[in-house]
Amino acid sequence: MAEQIIPKLEWRGVSKRFDGPPVLADLDLAVAPGRSLVIIGGSGQGKSVTIKIALGLIPADSGQVLIDGVDVASFSAAERAQVFERVGMLFQGGALFDSLSVWENVAFRLINAERMPRREARARALEVLGLVRLGAHVADLYPSELSGGMQKRVGLARAIIGQPDIIFFDEPTTGLDPITASAINALIRDRVSSLGCTAVSITHDLASARTIADEIAMLHQGRIVWRGGAHELDTTDNPYVRQFVDGRANGPINADV
Amino acid sequence: MAARPDSEVALAARVLSPVTAIGEATLEIAASIGRVALFAAKATRAALTPRWYFGQIGRQLSAIGFLSLPVVGMTAAFTGAALALNIWTGGSRFNAEEAMPQIVAIGITRELGPVMAALMLAGRVSAAIASEIGAMKATEQIDAMVTLSTDPFRYLIAPRMLAAVIMLPLLTLLADIIGIAGGWLVGVRVLDMSPAIYIQNTWDFLQDWDVESGLIKAAVFGFIVALMGCYNGYVAKGGARGVGRATTQAVVSSAILILAADYLLTSLFTRI
Repeated sequence: MAEQIIPKLEWRGVSKRFDGPPVLADLDLAVAPGRSLVIIGGSGQGKSVTIKIALGLIPADSGQVLIDGVDVASFSAAERAQVFERVGMLFQGGALFDSLSVWENVAFRLINAERMPRREARARALEVLGLVRLGAHVADLYPSELSGGMQKRVGLARAIIGQPDIIFFDEPTTGLDPITASAINALIRDRVSSLGCTAVSITHDLASARTIADEIAMLHQGRIVWRGGAHELDTTDNPYVRQFVDGRANGPINADV
Repeated sequence: MAARPDSEVALAARVLSPVTAIGEATLEIAASIGRVALFAAKATRAALTPRWYFGQIGRQLSAIGFLSLPVVGMTAAFTGAALALNIWTGGSRFNAEEAMPQIVAIGITRELGPVMAALMLAGRVSAAIASEIGAMKATEQIDAMVTLSTDPFRYLIAPRMLAAVIMLPLLTLLADIIGIAGGWLVGVRVLDMSPAIYIQNTWDFLQDWDVESGLIKAAVFGFIVALMGCYNGYVAKGGARGVGRATTQAVVSSAILILAADYLLTSLFTRI
């Protein structure tokens, strides 16, 4: 009998409600180690909440988040800190610290969590900035002095500097022109492959999803309504996916306008 | 039993609506006090236990203390000068003008020094803290900090709390000196008092406790200023509008709490 692979990350029966209808309703979703999963879905369907619950930024009302098969809630504070040291996140707006320079942003984890000397942290930050194709000349600039695409790349550098096992991308190409978006997609694919980490991304951008995903899952009204390989996105007859991919107003998804 | 008609239910709801509103407001106030108390406990724990970010603490000592010197100094000088004139005028009604230096000194050290310095900090520092932390919250910078294995309470909140509690007493000490100097200047230049006698009267009359009680008040006010700034910024919601609201609430709540705490501490100190 084939040995069952323990998912790197799993949401098991996760529910969350704010004011109003549930945002996540008994969500079950798992990602195998080293795979890149992209979650697609309309606005307000719970994509960001899914990621924030996994990161511990929002508590779930019920259900479990498991990393390597272990419930995150069962970790001690020290174990939790240790596990989350190997988790990276690229936020939608970059979420760069505007009072810190580019290199201090990239090296933030090294300086403040790992207590690396600043000189050593700067050298490491410059190295990682190079990996996302940013030169040393940007290191001493502040985030407000960078373009949107450069800010995303700095955010990506900050997310990967800790050699993460799991990395999350929240709308990595939103607000970028097609050429910059394509460059960011290529960088994400390249970095995820070379790090060998597990990636979970959320996006509306189907071109981005096709580039960075091994698998795609569609979230609608807090549940996964379809899951398949990236290549199946254009061939599936799932009515939710078809409507989403074709961009039709009519279908099982009510346009929220 | 027959159900009551809808019109009766609607009428009952209308009649009871003020009562409902009062009840809801009371519950909300109680919940807010609870939230602030929990936040204060978490912030105090972060400020008093390691790990401390000394770079951040140093930056806040400068931003909260050093950069507030001009505004606190000018406020104290004008307050001391105006107080001297008022006490001289009032004292002359019962031939007590000569007691003006002593009353200025006690008024500044026990009351106006700490309160004016704290109100200036509420306007300058509490607002700045609320808007900075509120903007960080709105742009997910605080979430980012958590994902980078750094506790925002230790990195952002604790340095501001420590800096305000340390710097406001120092600013108050300076405000005491400048405020008394303002009174001296008016006494000597405008009211033709002897410079040496003014200083002698002030020095002989002033007790250590007058200054010490003002400094204790200042430390409490510093805690309030930083707490209100940090709390309102941290719970801000709704983008730029939410940040604006948080800033206003930080200043207003700081000012009210400073004046309320001032009365409570003064009542306590007068019994000692």
